[in-house]
Amino acid sequence: MSGLIKSSIARKVVMALSGLFLVFFLAQHFTINVTSVLAPDTFNEWSHFMGYNGLVQFILQPILIAGVIVHFVMGIVLEIQNNRARAIKYKKYSGGANASWMSRNMIITGLVVLAFLGLHFYDFWVHEMDYKYITANPEDPTRYLEETVHKFEPVWRTVLYVIAFVLLALHLWHGFASSFQSMGVNNKYTPAIQTFTKIYAIAIPAGFIFIALYHHFNPITQ
Amino acid sequence: MKLNLKIWRQKDARSKGEMKDYPINGIEGDMSFLEMLDVLNEELINKGEEPVQFDHDCREGICGSCSLQINGEPHGPDRLVTTCQLHMRKFNDGDTIVIEPFRATAFPVIKDLVIDRSAFDRIQQVGGYISVNTSGNTVDANATPIEKEKADDSFYAATCIGCGACVAACKNASAMLFTSAKVSQFALLPQGRVEATERVQSMVRQMDLEGFGNCTNTGACEVECPKGISLENIARMNREYLSAKLKG
Ligand code: HEM
Ligand code: SF4
Ligand code: FES
Repeated sequence: MSGLIKSSIARKVVMALSGLFLVFFLAQHFTINVTSVLAPDTFNEWSHFMGYNGLVQFILQPILIAGVIVHFVMGIVLEIQNNRARAIKYKKYSGGANASWMSRNMIITGLVVLAFLGLHFYDFWVHEMDYKYITANPEDPTRYLEETVHKFEPVWRTVLYVIAFVLLALHLWHGFASSFQSMGVNNKYTPAIQTFTKIYAIAIPAGFIFIALYHHFNPITQ
Repeated sequence: MKLNLKIWRQKDARSKGEMKDYPINGIEGDMSFLEMLDVLNEELINKGEEPVQFDHDCREGICGSCSLQINGEPHGPDRLVTTCQLHMRKFNDGDTIVIEPFRATAFPVIKDLVIDRSAFDRIQQVGGYISVNTSGNTVDANATPIEKEKADDSFYAATCIGCGACVAACKNASAMLFTSAKVSQFALLPQGRVEATERVQSMVRQMDLEGFGNCTNTGACEVECPKGISLENIARMNREYLSAKLKG
């Protein structure tokens, strides 16, 4: 197994599988978030379920965190190795002549998304851990929407969310379809995969941006 | 045509090297890029200076010796041609042209624009063959029927001339396009299936050992390849490799 990770192709497959897993997770996360706009009661219900269900909390959540860690650690390892593979750089390199900006800058878009995940973790996960286990508040199945909307009150946080999702869109624009190539899938379905990638890469981040802006401009006032 | 050339000069493998300016005059649009360099070298020799070293052999796009990163692209701005097939009419009077060696840690510079591409030879050596009995009862290749589509794909893969433009273009200096062409050429044919499992693993292992980077599917290689080798070959190699590993 460790021999497998030593090969460049295996590292690519790890990147692809962890990336696809995150793509799948992102769609699921979006489905829940969009209810915060469309059906607030459902949002509270689902959030409460996610927050207190043993399977979600103690199995799925650790798997997700592991997936994120594997993905960005492997991404950084690849970047370091790829830098070494051209120790002496070109004086003139026309990268844009033969490859898209998105495909050439996965590490940049990825690292911005990672920085955002740091903020996101602080905002929601740390808060939840404190609420549930440190301050040990009682269960309150109706608190989620209000807490979420409050988060989007400050302009700075809303702006950071928007920027992060624009960069995530760029990351996915290349990454989603790329993961199929990495796993050896390049056939008559490839054009369809590429089209779906473009739709997904725009629609899902745009949806997250819409939700952030919606809550920013519709604060809960009591 | 009057041009301003900026050329990488490096005395030998151990020296540091630097870009040098060479203004040049009287270049015709019908000259090839290498002929333009011949004109420059003739001038340099007449002046008693050291001519610029560069690789070339066939000068008709089949040997893969010529290289050169021209204005940031391997084999220059034209598509599906090698440097020897690149015409000077692709440039304009007064242009500045930056000429560098293909850069990759696995392709060290020997002198000026000449690089050592023996890493490719070693990748070929570990798997670029099939075992057939040549002791007098050689089977005619055509005795084994092969689907036209597969034969064509194998043939296209086999048109790779091993120039290294794919590595030079790739931001990761990855040799996946070259290696996958060499793997595919055999993997597609029944004669090549016998050693397929071993071949893909050996060639990928050697490719990694040589210090080429990891593919991130940017597609730059396919765009710059003078022979139009397709990314489908990389996907095929990934499939071959994964199934070889899963088989154990
Ligand atoms: C929710 C967040 C993320 C999702 C959905 C995601 C998704 C993907 C996908 C599908 C790929 C393509 C894999 C392939 O080409 O085989 C990929 C590649 C990549 N990701 Fe992410 N990613 C995310 C976050 C990150 C983060 C935080 C980093 C931090 C460094 C990162 C760095 C990279 C890099 C460097 C690549 C390029 C590897 C390559 O193209 O081979 N990603 N990502
Ligand atoms: S794949 Fe194309 S660019 Fe790469 S070595 Fe072969 S011919 Fe040259
Ligand atoms: S010199 Fe043979 S391909 Fe250019």
